[in-house]
Amino acid sequence: MKILVCISNVPDTTSKINFTDGDTKFDANGVQFVINPNDEFGLTRAMWFKEKQGATVHVATVGEANVEPTMRKALAIGADEAIRVNAIPTDGFFVAQQLAAVVKEGGYDLVIGGRESIDYNGGMVPGILATLLDMNFVNTCIDLEVDGTSVSATREIDGGKEKITTTLPMVIGGQKGLVEEKDLKIPNMRGIMQARQKKLNVVEPVDATNATTDKKFDKPAPKGAVKLVDNVEDLVNLLHNEAKVI
Amino acid sequence: MSVLAYTESENGKFKKSAFEVASYASAVAKQMGTSATAVSFNADGGDSLGSYGVSKILNISDDKLKTFNAKAYALAIVEAAEKEGAKVIIVSSSTDSKFLVPILAAKLKAGYVPNVVAAPEGTSPLTVKRTAFSNKGFAHTEINTDVSIIGVSNNSYGAHENNVSASVESFSPALSEDDFAVKSTEIDKVVGKATIADADIVVSGGRGLKGPENWGMIEELADVLGAATACSKPVSDMGWRPHGEHVGQTGKPVASNLYIAIGISGAIQHLAGVSASKTKVVINNDPEAPFFKAADYGIVGDAFEVVPKLTEKLKEFKAQNS
Ligand SMILES: Cc1cc2nc3c(=O)[nH]c(=O)nc-3n(C[C@H](O)[C@H](O)[C@H](O)COP(=O)(O)OP(=O)(O)OC[C@H]3O[C@@H](n4cnc5c(N)ncnc54)[C@H](O)[C@@H]3O)c2cc1C
Ligand SMILES: Nc1ncnc2c1ncn2[C@@H]1O[C@H](COP(=O)(O)O)[C@@H](O)[C@H]1O
Repeated sequence: MKILVCISNVPDTTSKINFTDGDTKFDANGVQFVINPNDEFGLTRAMWFKEKQGATVHVATVGEANVEPTMRKALAIGADEAIRVNAIPTDGFFVAQQLAAVVKEGGYDLVIGGRESIDYNGGMVPGILATLLDMNFVNTCIDLEVDGTSVSATREIDGGKEKITTTLPMVIGGQKGLVEEKDLKIPNMRGIMQARQKKLNVVEPVDATNATTDKKFDKPAPKGAVKLVDNVEDLVNLLHNEAKVI
Repeated sequence: MSVLAYTESENGKFKKSAFEVASYASAVAKQMGTSATAVSFNADGGDSLGSYGVSKILNISDDKLKTFNAKAYALAIVEAAEKEGAKVIIVSSSTDSKFLVPILAAKLKAGYVPNVVAAPEGTSPLTVKRTAFSNKGFAHTEINTDVSIIGVSNNSYGAHENNVSASVESFSPALSEDDFAVKSTEIDKVVGKATIADADIVVSGGRGLKGPENWGMIEELADVLGAATACSKPVSDMGWRPHGEHVGQTGKPVASNLYIAIGISGAIQHLAGVSASKTKVVINNDPEAPFFKAADYGIVGDAFEVVPKLTEKLKEFKAQNS
């Protein structure tokens, strides 16, 4: 089985968010970038397929050279090869078209993406990718088993879970649950050394257009001070009379 | 041309979000000088959408579509959009909608903007305000394609009554066996309980509650309020509560009217996922807990004392106000 894990390079979850260039761009100054948390779960699951079922695992990112440290981290975790599509990931449609070209070129059976990138929260790349490639698609995937070309998966739904069967080739949008938190793989010294020898292929983007453009950004208005109350009577009154939520 | 709303239902009944999506669609239709049509699957009482400004409802009644199937539903909506010549499609932010919309977008070559929080800022080109960076910012996004899809953030726009007379048409999209290649085999879902996605009120517990055996008081409080229960990430990681209850940046997003956080410190990743809630109440015994800075109301106190008292008080309040 050939697996491609699509990795989005995102600001660390603790980052403060600022904008620059007249609020038209995200300000990456001083921001630490990491593997998108949803993709970390997918990558660890891919490692399981590598160890238990002899799968080959590649990772792909659409981004400029500054994403390479994140890709090296994925290689250190155990991916066999990395592919960087040399383009700024300006919108989900654009990224999906780039990844579709990578998947066609590499002949992957299973493509693992994440439910959403925690930066722009698009939540669309895996589903668009699957549709462009005419592959089966399962989103918010929290369990994935493959036997030959038969797939059983579980997805999170509002208020519960759903079990699903389908077949390869397929794309998933993964998230926490795909592997347990405690089993998440982090790079060790040996992995980091090995990663230096691994291939990080850079390919040029295919012709594609954006479907959307972010014109401007702003931040939520600062919050007023909290009202501290001493007892539950006051709280119930405020919720009823002031906030009008009960 | 029209604006198409995908109005979700469950067991034949429209979900609350359907009325919000219908309201949003009719507002866009008005801005664009056209009318709003809704498409629904096996829903009863389609004409009730007329109260929210939708003048036509295409109802698909098909046993094969009893259970949600992302691809089949997406293809059916594509057909409805084509039939109506819809240029703008409005959907909710439910897990199911977020599953089918990318398929829909790819099929229609439509630009899709999720997590939209207000009516369009402009219609030519269509420009919308949405949350980004997990609620730490907003983006004003322009859609550059002929067909656009707008995902409305739960509870952000609201349902607005606007009576028009509505006609219900039955609609039968042409689907083939191949469209069902992803098959649902089992659904395990709590029934009769509010879900985090739909609930007006969410009651959430953190590590301050010490252990799973103490969740009884959280559930009782949620019961009185008709609220959904949720938890912080470590609580689900330790197996105190199911993963589906984990809220925050890497868990489920919460956009309820009222969010009550009990024994939760208010880490940045937690806040990112819940800050879209309108009113936030914090109960924590540490006055320095960061969550107080993000809250509207707070009680500094021991959850084990405050929560049972609050539940009692709310019971009295309900008894007086019902
Ligand atoms: C990549 C990444 C992603 C993450 N994503 C998320 C996420 O999506 N959601 C999330 O929640 N977290 C997330 N986290 C974890 C986050 O950083 C915090 O560790 C977590 O939110 C803390 O949970 P908590 O508030 O329940 O526990 P704690 O931080 O331990 O807080 C417990 C609180 O309970 C209070 N308390 C103790 N006893 C009592 C009492 N008797 N009565 C009242 N109050 C009491 C304490 O004062 C304290 O404030 C993420 C972390 C990382 C690194
Ligand atoms: N620039 C990118 N390069 C590679 N994969 C990406 C990129 N952006 C998004 N993805 C994948 O698509 C998933 C969902 O992202 P999004 O649609 O941007 O929210 C991510 O979790 C990744 O798996």
